[in-house]
Amino acid sequence: MVRARGRGKQRKLHPRGRSVEPAALEAVREVLGVEPLRRDLLIEYLHRIQAHYHHLSRLHLTALAAEMRLPMAEIYEVASFYAHFHIDSENPSLPVLRVCTSLPCMLASADTLLGQLRGQLSGRARVLPGSCMGRCDCAPVVAIDARYIVNASPQSVRTALDDRVEEPLPSATRYVAYVADGGYQLLQSCRIGKRPLTDILNKLEASGLRGLGGAGFPTAHKWRTVASAPGPRYMVVNADEGEPGTFKDRDYLAREPHRVLEGVLLAAWAVGAEKIYIYLRDEYPELYRLLAEELPAVIEAGLAPAGGVEVRRGAGAYICGEESAMLESIEGKRGLPRHRPPYVAEQGLFGRPTLVQNVETLYWLREILEQGAERFAALGLNGASGLRAYSVSGRVREPGVKRAPAGISARQLIDEYAGGMAEGHTFRAFLPGGASGGILPERLADLPLDFGSLDEHGCFVGSGALIVLSDQDDLSAVTRNLMAFFAHESCGQCTPCRVGTEKAAELLRAPVENEALLSELAEAMTNASICGLGQAAPNPVRSLYRFFRDDLM
Amino acid sequence: MNGPVSFFLDDREVTATPGESLWDVARREGTEIPHLCHTPKPGYRPDGNCRACMVEVEGERVLAAACIRQPQAGMRVSTGSPRVECARRTVFELLLADQPPRTQAHRLDTSFVHWCDHLGVSESPYPARKPPEPDRSHPAVAWFPDACIQCQLCVRACREVQHNDVIGMAYRGGNTRVIFDLDDRLAESTCVACGECVQACPTGALMESARVNRMGEGLPPAEKRVPSICPYCGVGCQLDFLVDDERIVAVEGRDGPSNHNRLCVKGRFGFDYIHHPQRLTRPLIRRDDAPKAGSGTVDPADPSSHFREASWEEALDVAANGFKKIRERDGGEALAGFGSAKGSNEEAYLVQKLVRTGFGTHNVDHCTRLCHASSVAALFEGIGSGAVTAPFTTCAESDVIIVTGSNTSANHPVAATFLKQAAVRGATLIVIDPRGVDLVAYAEHRLLFQPGSDVALLNAMLHVIIEEDLYDHAFVANRTEGFEELRTHIQPYRPETMAPICGIEAETIRRVARIYAGAKAAVIFWGMGISQHVHGTDNVRCLIALATICGQVGRPGTGLHPLRGQNNVQGASDAGLIPMFLPDYQSVEDAATRARYEQAWGVKLPAKRGLTVVEIIDAACGGRIKGLYVMGENPAMSDPDLNHARASLARLEHLVVQDLFLTETAFHADVVLPAAAWPEKEGTVTNTNRQVQMGRPAVAPPGEVRQDWWIVQQLARRLGLDWDYQGPADVYREMSSLMASLKHISWERLQREDSVTYPCPGPDEPGHEVVFWDRFPTASGRARLVPVDIIPPDELPDEKYPMVLITGRLLEHWHTGAMTRRSRALDAIEPEAAVSLAPADLARLELNAGDRVRVSTRRGTIQIPARADPRVPEGSLFIPFCYVEAAANLLTNPVLDPYGKIPEFKFCAAQVEDGS
Ligand SMILES: Cc1cc2nc3c(=O)[nH]c(=O)nc-3n(C[C@H](O)[C@H](O)[C@H](O)COP(=O)(O)O)c2cc1C
Ligand code: SF4
Ligand code: SF4
Ligand code: SF4
Ligand code: FES
Repeated sequence: MVRARGRGKQRKLHPRGRSVEPAALEAVREVLGVEPLRRDLLIEYLHRIQAHYHHLSRLHLTALAAEMRLPMAEIYEVASFYAHFHIDSENPSLPVLRVCTSLPCMLASADTLLGQLRGQLSGRARVLPGSCMGRCDCAPVVAIDARYIVNASPQSVRTALDDRVEEPLPSATRYVAYVADGGYQLLQSCRIGKRPLTDILNKLEASGLRGLGGAGFPTAHKWRTVASAPGPRYMVVNADEGEPGTFKDRDYLAREPHRVLEGVLLAAWAVGAEKIYIYLRDEYPELYRLLAEELPAVIEAGLAPAGGVEVRRGAGAYICGEESAMLESIEGKRGLPRHRPPYVAEQGLFGRPTLVQNVETLYWLREILEQGAERFAALGLNGASGLRAYSVSGRVREPGVKRAPAGISARQLIDEYAGGMAEGHTFRAFLPGGASGGILPERLADLPLDFGSLDEHGCFVGSGALIVLSDQDDLSAVTRNLMAFFAHESCGQCTPCRVGTEKAAELLRAPVENEALLSELAEAMTNASICGLGQAAPNPVRSLYRFFRDDLM
Repeated sequence: MNGPVSFFLDDREVTATPGESLWDVARREGTEIPHLCHTPKPGYRPDGNCRACMVEVEGERVLAAACIRQPQAGMRVSTGSPRVECARRTVFELLLADQPPRTQAHRLDTSFVHWCDHLGVSESPYPARKPPEPDRSHPAVAWFPDACIQCQLCVRACREVQHNDVIGMAYRGGNTRVIFDLDDRLAESTCVACGECVQACPTGALMESARVNRMGEGLPPAEKRVPSICPYCGVGCQLDFLVDDERIVAVEGRDGPSNHNRLCVKGRFGFDYIHHPQRLTRPLIRRDDAPKAGSGTVDPADPSSHFREASWEEALDVAANGFKKIRERDGGEALAGFGSAKGSNEEAYLVQKLVRTGFGTHNVDHCTRLCHASSVAALFEGIGSGAVTAPFTTCAESDVIIVTGSNTSANHPVAATFLKQAAVRGATLIVIDPRGVDLVAYAEHRLLFQPGSDVALLNAMLHVIIEEDLYDHAFVANRTEGFEELRTHIQPYRPETMAPICGIEAETIRRVARIYAGAKAAVIFWGMGISQHVHGTDNVRCLIALATICGQVGRPGTGLHPLRGQNNVQGASDAGLIPMFLPDYQSVEDAATRARYEQAWGVKLPAKRGLTVVEIIDAACGGRIKGLYVMGENPAMSDPDLNHARASLARLEHLVVQDLFLTETAFHADVVLPAAAWPEKEGTVTNTNRQVQMGRPAVAPPGEVRQDWWIVQQLARRLGLDWDYQGPADVYREMSSLMASLKHISWERLQREDSVTYPCPGPDEPGHEVVFWDRFPTASGRARLVPVDIIPPDELPDEKYPMVLITGRLLEHWHTGAMTRRSRALDAIEPEAAVSLAPADLARLELNAGDRVRVSTRRGTIQIPARADPRVPEGSLFIPFCYVEAAANLLTNPVLDPYGKIPEFKFCAAQVEDGS
């Protein structure tokens, strides 16, 4: 013998690494069915396995990796990236209860609620904090698995835990009613050539329509770019709506899904997209079911080819609203934003030219093309074009989705659309564009809420989420909440954002002492982050120092 | 970007060539831009995530990452504006905040430390996070997440460069972290310890375990770096030995043509064997009171029971006199020598010259006989040359790749990374192997056929290609002979008829045959699963027929490539370490050739070819061979039917073994000569790609250990030869003057260039990677097609021995384990022999993984623990042959392939029983 050995070395029973358990392989096959597996559907498969077993056990993930012929690490990366997946839960049989702690819900004492539920429900539920769930007008919000409890209280959550009724479908305008009201005629007339493409593009340009997902990119321009790129081309609908305080896309889809779909098909026609993907956030399961009921009607009517429209669910990741991260997610990967250039219009989904458009942008197409571009443009105020939906939340009497002229001021929105300030609250500050758009003081509430109009104050209107703050709110605490949100939702790819958001959240505990450092960090984050998340994350910090020095202590 | 682009870099007009990033151009122009997640090494794409390389582009809202940004015409780029400086500094300060203090750094010579120093960032104003716990479970690689900056270089290293697919970047935001498999500990993961991630990591978060102390603190950086070649397989990776205080403390891959900086676990972590306490440091002579016995063993840590130490003078005299006595009494035919494919070209040349001129016989051979002799026999017969027709890196240009009888990821790990890379790029990889080797994960088609039925399957493919008229008519007409015979012969081999024999559905055979024949460029790789059979030569004849009738030879992306096993099998064979050939495969039976060498060497040469390895052992048993010189081989472990082989060795009148350790062969020696290890030597080796490469000594040999060339020369002189080589360079000069293959490849050129491919058209020109583009080096210039019939394996399973035993290698252990089992890390990863069975077979035998079992064949029995391995087909057993305590070759069948004289290591009938 070469030398004495043994020394308690463990005997190897298998080749290196985990081996597939036959039973787990069977289980996974059963859940996934017989269709050939597709790499891009990984997230969907994880959803299905979790729906069945209430968590993702490593046994199943090992089997899934073998079945999909993917590295285990690649499966784990994806599964662990998305907040809605739970890997090897201790108690998979318990429901998962997520308490929204994003700003509008925080204003409605979500932190207290979280503490109460954790205390009261241990052993009955897996209680976790969560990010904005898109129901900020009914804060606070709690999710029990895929059910959403609005205006939640410990009491209502406990009741809901017991009676497991599924949420009813929203009362939408269904296919038949929509068609009866003249729906899809615009699309048809485009397709048969009655409305030529150049005419459509010119109208779109004249309407001044800009991307309502937040970036405000001129829509006509984007269509031209995609249409002129070599095929095959894709179209992706951004229904990920993750910006805290934003819930308008949900409203559109819940009420008028076909108006959105007609816009989708129209845009796809205009750019010659071969296939359409609708990326819907996982927080909107009722819309997923609604679309599952309505899409077949559209296909049956021959408005879209079978298999031509795929609805994909997110899995709890704000960053997947960022268009290139969304494409990664549709490809079944982690939602890491891509570098630009190349732009997604040139090199997008599966490397092909892709038109990405927000739900609301698409919603307005029919209005513009039927009622006239100039007429639409003229509806705006203060130099802005058209209408748009503002999601109003926070300290107002009647929070909700407010369709109003683009360019309206915050004060008008509050007073004329949201019933004024809530009982006992005095208007003090507002966030014009959700978590990313910065914070403005009441004295600037007469500025138009439009693209570009808030730049000089370090803010932007983005997705049109107006969160209203009052004299009772501590702006330091608000800023910390926002930074914690960004830290939690950062994809973690680039240093300034991954480390910067965490360190900023830490430094914000002592905002006075750390002012110089935070300002320097804010500059670096804005200048050197890969995507809009990290670039915009320091906006509230800047606002805090600029407008709310009283709240620094 | 199509053409060159000119733009402004810090106000200077510069030009970028297509594909260059801003970072590339800046570097070329002499502007250093900090970088952490980017490395300009081959295979690493830029990722632009660390944001250390930010630059300002005029007119852009935010900064751009230089490593991933392509220049555009007229762009104005600033690499040092105030915004750039602020961002850069912040990036380093943010990362530094979470690093362990320098005094406790896992490593100091990192690019992170370099850039911090360069930018003058010595401390961070940011609060630190709670440091995560290290993972030191793995014997070779240590993981210190506290130093990780999430740059993803290791992910790219593991996934995109080495294609081992172990590392992932999981979770998100501040929780983003490196994971192995499903967040498993490294030791329990699928990590193959290639060390690529360690080499790539810019912070010392991933470390060689041996380079940190128990506290996780890094040892001082090595003082010297010696470029050399990895000795562990035919790939021939270039590497640097990092040396400190006469010890090899670490190894890094270099950018050689066959490895592009990559290494495998052996090349990375397997060199501490040279410092092992069992290293022989003085010559040994057998004690008079220690008789030889075939079953005898000696403790290699204390040979004094059987040997006494001797001076070099005495040992060399005894060694040489023993041979002289036999030569004078019985003639040279009673002597034989084994050279080694693990030594250098110069050593191989000297050994064959010693045997031929000093012993007076052609009884000289080496382990090529045990691995690819059948391949060489078939290739010679078919295309006139035994070497590969193209390097394995040609697969980058293939659209179809067949790998058969090769567990490439274990036996040629770095070659496997190129194959996987080609598959990821889009080439169709077809794996044809009874075992579900790891490569199948990348294969589009996996043909897991019945062991031993190669000819049935390959003939069926030939049948399809000919019957369906898919062959290359022009190539067949102009470049081959014997096609009509092949066509007639192949008629009965319909896939439908062969399917039951080989266990592959006819439709699959047809599909794969069509894919191969229809490829624009297709290449075939094979290993010992093809060659180590009684029908090994026939198997290769089929592969040659496939390639030639489809015209898949002689162009980039095409070819026939037997993956050569040991590091210098190619070179040792070229150098004439073969009983029928003088250097460059010149037949010993050809009078003109003999005359040429007699002239050069000044000695008359025998006219009769010599005996091969297994024949020599048989002859020793029969008493016809009485004296044997073994340099760096271990037939007492590597030959089939070891009981017989060991008994034969013990019967020898005179056995001289020259090695590093007291090997199982040396147990039976009369004289043992302690030789230098590869990292102590200078010399050239030739890899599987026909690349002649320069090895250099990193450390001095220990004790009285001598260089092999010196030892051979001393023996030669004592046998009456007037050798006077001053060193390997002299030997190389002599051999290259005699060998056409080494034309234009001078010693000085190799010193300069490290690697030159043969054949080489000129002293300043690169060698030809792809050969035979217009003719084959056969007499007619055409490839000869040789039809073959099915010969069943020699020993089929029966009632008593119902299973099929396959033997082979493990990733971690090389050959008979003499070196690797004395490497701490390698032996810790695979410390113990095991027989692998399909889980279903284990269940059928009512055994559990881990149980001790008794494996028997008609030749012997071993006790060995069982391992469950779903990659092993039902009805088969796999045992690696590197473990002396359960030597697989006690079981194997010594029957030979009639042409290549290679034993059937890949098939014999065996029985498994509960051994507890
Ligand atoms: C961090 C981040 C999050 C985003 N989230 C959303 C979102 O939830 N929904 C959305 O439509 N656009 C979102 N966007 C904007 C998209 O990247 C993209 O601009 C938009 O989908 C394009 O459609 P539009 O032109 O119709 O607005 C986000 C951008 C960033 C940087
Ligand atoms: S800025 Fe943040 S979210 Fe965007 S890529 Fe960087 S880490 Fe990811
Ligand atoms: S050592 Fe090699 S296989 Fe192991 S994790 Fe690192 S790169 Fe991957
Ligand atoms: S371990 Fe090293 S290479 Fe891997 S992400 Fe961390 S710092 Fe980068
Ligand atoms: S639902 Fe809680 S903040 Fe939007």
